[in-house]
Amino acid sequence: MITFDDVVKVYPGGSTAVDHLSLELPTGRTTVFVGPSGCGKTTSLRMINRMISPTSGRILIDGKDVAGQDEAVLRRGIGYVIQHAGLFPHRTVLDNVATVPMLLGKTRREARAAALELLDRVGLAAEFAGRYPAQLSGGQQQRVGVARALAADPPVMLMDEPFSAVDPVVREGLHREFLRLQKDLGKTIAMVTHDIDEAIKLGDVVAIFRQGGVLAQVGTPQELLTQPADEFVAEFVGRDRGLRSLSFESAAGLPVRPVAEAPEVLLDDAGRPQDAATFTQEDSLRLVTDLTITSPTGIAVRVGPDGKADGIVSHHDIADHIARIKGQK
Amino acid sequence: MTTYLSNNWDTVLAALEQHIWLALLPVVIGFVVALPIGYLGVRFPWLYHPLVNVCGVLYSIPSLALFVFLPVLLGTKILSPLNIVVALIIYTVALLARTVADGLKAVDPLVVQSATAMGYRRFRRLTDVELPVALPVILAGLRVATVANISLVSVGALIGVGGLGQLFTRGFQLFYVEPIIVGIVLSVLLAGLADLVIVLLGRLITPWTRFQGAAS
Repeated sequence: MITFDDVVKVYPGGSTAVDHLSLELPTGRTTVFVGPSGCGKTTSLRMINRMISPTSGRILIDGKDVAGQDEAVLRRGIGYVIQHAGLFPHRTVLDNVATVPMLLGKTRREARAAALELLDRVGLAAEFAGRYPAQLSGGQQQRVGVARALAADPPVMLMDEPFSAVDPVVREGLHREFLRLQKDLGKTIAMVTHDIDEAIKLGDVVAIFRQGGVLAQVGTPQELLTQPADEFVAEFVGRDRGLRSLSFESAAGLPVRPVAEAPEVLLDDAGRPQDAATFTQEDSLRLVTDLTITSPTGIAVRVGPDGKADGIVSHHDIADHIARIKGQK
Repeated sequence: MTTYLSNNWDTVLAALEQHIWLALLPVVIGFVVALPIGYLGVRFPWLYHPLVNVCGVLYSIPSLALFVFLPVLLGTKILSPLNIVVALIIYTVALLARTVADGLKAVDPLVVQSATAMGYRRFRRLTDVELPVALPVILAGLRVATVANISLVSVGALIGVGGLGQLFTRGFQLFYVEPIIVGIVLSVLLAGLADLVIVLLGRLITPWTRFQGAAS
């Protein structure tokens, strides 16, 4: 757990970057700091590994004050990923990844062997090992950046706008990889982004900062979308937050009607729908809503694990369902 | 020409050898001195502009004036090769200190930042990350300093120590063109060769530069 205990950062010249921040980042979870520029989110992140020192207050990792620790030793135990990856241009991909293990005293051979494994882990083929960063695309560089941060298997990772320098398609892929990796690894992650959608997608906990370094609200993405603390948060999470909050509602509870009620849904001999928008019980209500909007018939077909159609829903069914769950809350 | 060469082979060879020493020893010493000075110009940003100005002034001192003035300052004999060596060290430092500072300043701040965040201490970050990344710029400065030194050594002939330059003075004194031509050809060859060696060495130790600017 990372704890901010009444942390203040005032820069020389008097501007307050972080204003009395108290916050806990749960172990094994991703906490995303999000907010407009100048809200102190990056400053807060960099105080964790002492790249910036607070004016007052304490930051603790698992109860230990970071201020009392040797800077370099502390940082070797904390993974760090930044925008554009910040790779060393003069080292091969493999040696970039091997950096921290070597700093920790591993032999070159050991460090490289571990690095090769990590490349595989972040989805880079072994053929990239001998290349230099300038030979990689932005997305590939970012993967190397993540592998480098993971190399010494640190329990804590800091990620400063890690995915903002790549195009949306690549970012989407990196997001998926990130969620997959984090599911396996369970690191305690602090991430900074200015993109609320990214925060909602990747964060277990989201901390929204406002100008002047004040924490506006902290909570799960769902809490922020459904119960914004004030006007600023509501505005920041966006006016379509109602629709987006459906991402967190499962389609499992959505009642379906028999397939036979919709003759326009064509089935093959095995009972699988042809050319229809389909979903399963595991999908979110947001996806189902989206399917009914984009489907020309206004109907989405639910399929079972065997791929056979077992029910249909229309706009109206979804609207009724949402009204019902809102009534329950 | 061939008769001149065969008759004076030993003189020419001795002049060439002296030329190489007088030109390259200052490059090596100057480089070693310039590294920490250049680093200080980056470590303490208020030092950068004074450093650049002092280097500029030093480099603009005419070489002959320096050759003549140094014995007074150092207490050396006027004919001592040490005067030439010290003078060329001054020029090399003036040129390279600034190059080192500029090279280090040009290192991507994100690279320095990520090195710090990964747990590099200041000195090892300098030797393992900043200097290697700045190497292409520093090597470019080294080429200029080396070639400049090779040409400047000849001026030393006017005070009696000047490697191949002595062939020029002898030629002028004797109204004899052969030594002058031999001197010119050899200094140009020497400069070209030294430059080539640095370029090849640079390719060898900075293999990554071949890919820079390609993909991103």
